[in-house]
Amino acid sequence: MNMHTQPQRTSAETALIDAFGDRLSLLPGDGAVMLKRDDAIEAIKHGLPTRRIESWHYTDLRRLLNAVPDFDPAAMTKAVAPIVEGSAVLAVLNGKSDAKTPAVEGVTVQRLSEKLTDGSAAPGLDPYGSDDAIGALNTAFVADGYFVDIADGAELEKPIELQNLQAGGQTHVRLMVRVGAGAKAVIVERQAGEGAALVSSVSQLVLGEGAEVTWLIVQEQPETATHLAQFKAHIGKNAKLTLFVMNAGGRLVRQEVMVRTTGEGADFKLRGINLLAGDTHTDVTMVLDHAVPHTASTEVIRNVVTGKARGVFQGRINVHQYAQKTNAKMACNTLLLSDDGEFSTKPELEIFADDVVCGHGATVTEIDHDHLFYLMARGVDEKTARGLLVKAFVAEVIEELDDETIVDALEAKLDDWFVTHG
Amino acid sequence: MLEIRNLHARIVDDGTEIIRGLNLTVKAGEVAAIMGPNGSGKSTLSYILAGREDYEVTEGDILYNGQSILEMDPAERATSGIFLAFQYPMEIPGVATMEFLKVAMNEQRKARGEEPLKIPEFLKRVKEAAASLSMDMAMLKRPLNVGFSGGEKKRAEILQMKLLEPKLCVLDETDSGLDIDALKIVSDGVNALRAPDRAFLVITHYQRLLEHIVPDSVHVLYRGQVIKSGDKSLALDLEANGYAGVIGEAA
Repeated sequence: MNMHTQPQRTSAETALIDAFGDRLSLLPGDGAVMLKRDDAIEAIKHGLPTRRIESWHYTDLRRLLNAVPDFDPAAMTKAVAPIVEGSAVLAVLNGKSDAKTPAVEGVTVQRLSEKLTDGSAAPGLDPYGSDDAIGALNTAFVADGYFVDIADGAELEKPIELQNLQAGGQTHVRLMVRVGAGAKAVIVERQAGEGAALVSSVSQLVLGEGAEVTWLIVQEQPETATHLAQFKAHIGKNAKLTLFVMNAGGRLVRQEVMVRTTGEGADFKLRGINLLAGDTHTDVTMVLDHAVPHTASTEVIRNVVTGKARGVFQGRINVHQYAQKTNAKMACNTLLLSDDGEFSTKPELEIFADDVVCGHGATVTEIDHDHLFYLMARGVDEKTARGLLVKAFVAEVIEELDDETIVDALEAKLDDWFVTHG
Repeated sequence: MLEIRNLHARIVDDGTEIIRGLNLTVKAGEVAAIMGPNGSGKSTLSYILAGREDYEVTEGDILYNGQSILEMDPAERATSGIFLAFQYPMEIPGVATMEFLKVAMNEQRKARGEEPLKIPEFLKRVKEAAASLSMDMAMLKRPLNVGFSGGEKKRAEILQMKLLEPKLCVLDETDSGLDIDALKIVSDGVNALRAPDRAFLVITHYQRLLEHIVPDSVHVLYRGQVIKSGDKSLALDLEANGYAGVIGEAA
């Protein structure tokens, strides 16, 4: 007889399993969706991932997720002003989408609660590999969100801003976007709130042939919230995706990025800024699959670490056997401003093709004393000069986005953070 | 305005003494040229005046308007009116030049108890100063000194000097890396700032710059000391005969 010892469940695991039993009758979904939910909660019953699971080595979720709040259906919150004026705002408030959505030419919006019952959503709920704790948590509990379809050839003049705003308790949201062939769009994903919530949010993006999308994730949860997020994208032939991730809040944050190039000529850029303060833990984990020949990617991550904050960047690039002529470059630079802070970087290249250009680099630095001297020699006091240099370190990544309104909007967010934490 | 008394200073990292008993007095309105061979301590002197932490003063004093500046940090020295035009201005990616100019001008105004400049007034001043140095405003939209040629960096230094209106201007080899046209523009920029209440310390290797910025006094620095002082004819003498004669005399 096989003896299999199951470690004792943590209070968080128990709370999640109990909550699933309580919520089940309220969760929308057709038969196929409900089967996926069952599979997902089974995965959670096997235990949350620990540091012994390679992809969770630096973020021991089982240990770090030490409390799970109850759902709070009565909690209220309001949509906020978009970061770019004139954006079409689609808000999910305390886990619920809005029946009224703004009309934008070439864009069709459906509430995810409806999409989950129309027989089309189940395939998107499949887990990503065997250690997909965020996918499982979200699939088990997701009740709402939006499905946005951008028609072939549509060129949106203003961004669409998807807001996921929590008011405490638990929210599990999914944001699905399909961008048609040749379409162009800027999509802002705002993640924020007011409470000590547990948030899971999964974004799924499919880019048709020749589509061009800039997707900005702006995460500003309070330092009491747990934010577990996933961004999954498929980039089609000659399509271009620029993903910008800004983490500027949260107590325990993991932002996963899973991207696959599915057509030749696909191009992916990841630009990330992690502004870390207080006693917090923030993890950005990327898995990028170059699955076809002639695709390119660059990833640049900049981190500012203050206080007792801990940060993680894992960047894994898989170049598949037939993906010849892949060009991939990854860099992760950290400005460590405190003796008690830490940042761990794990770049991984797994290359099965033989005709590729791939590279990665990581640095950890302090403020450059020559630069500081130069600014001070012009009469800028030390505190202001340090602030300018820290901001410059991350602003460089923002300024690469060559859309002035977006650059201004993100720099304003940066200023907000420095006002609070500088 | 500036009085350096028996100054001794060394590099903090390895203790090497660079300045060894330097004496120098510069009066308001005076343009003093500091000349000397490589390694004589010219650039070190400029950094010590600006307050760079890599150097430590072990003896002597620097008096500026009668007050010792040794305990002041670089920002305090700058707001009190000391300006160093760097030999090698730092490239600072991510800091927009215009933003930097605005912060620097307003920080100095704040330290003097003045209101910050309104944006239109700030832009007007920058445009005028840039035009007088034949600088393209597009350049100022770039990050500070990033991608500037050697000549552009030197002009940007003089631009800052014009905008900040310091009282003691230290120019560290401002002529290096300049072609003859740029040298003329930069020198005209400096000459336009000459005033009875402003002094200049012009550090240079060559007499060439001093044809354009004519000094009131010339001082030869060697092994961390001023070994000879004179008027502008001393510069011509050095150009003709080299440093060997002066060094020989002093030895």
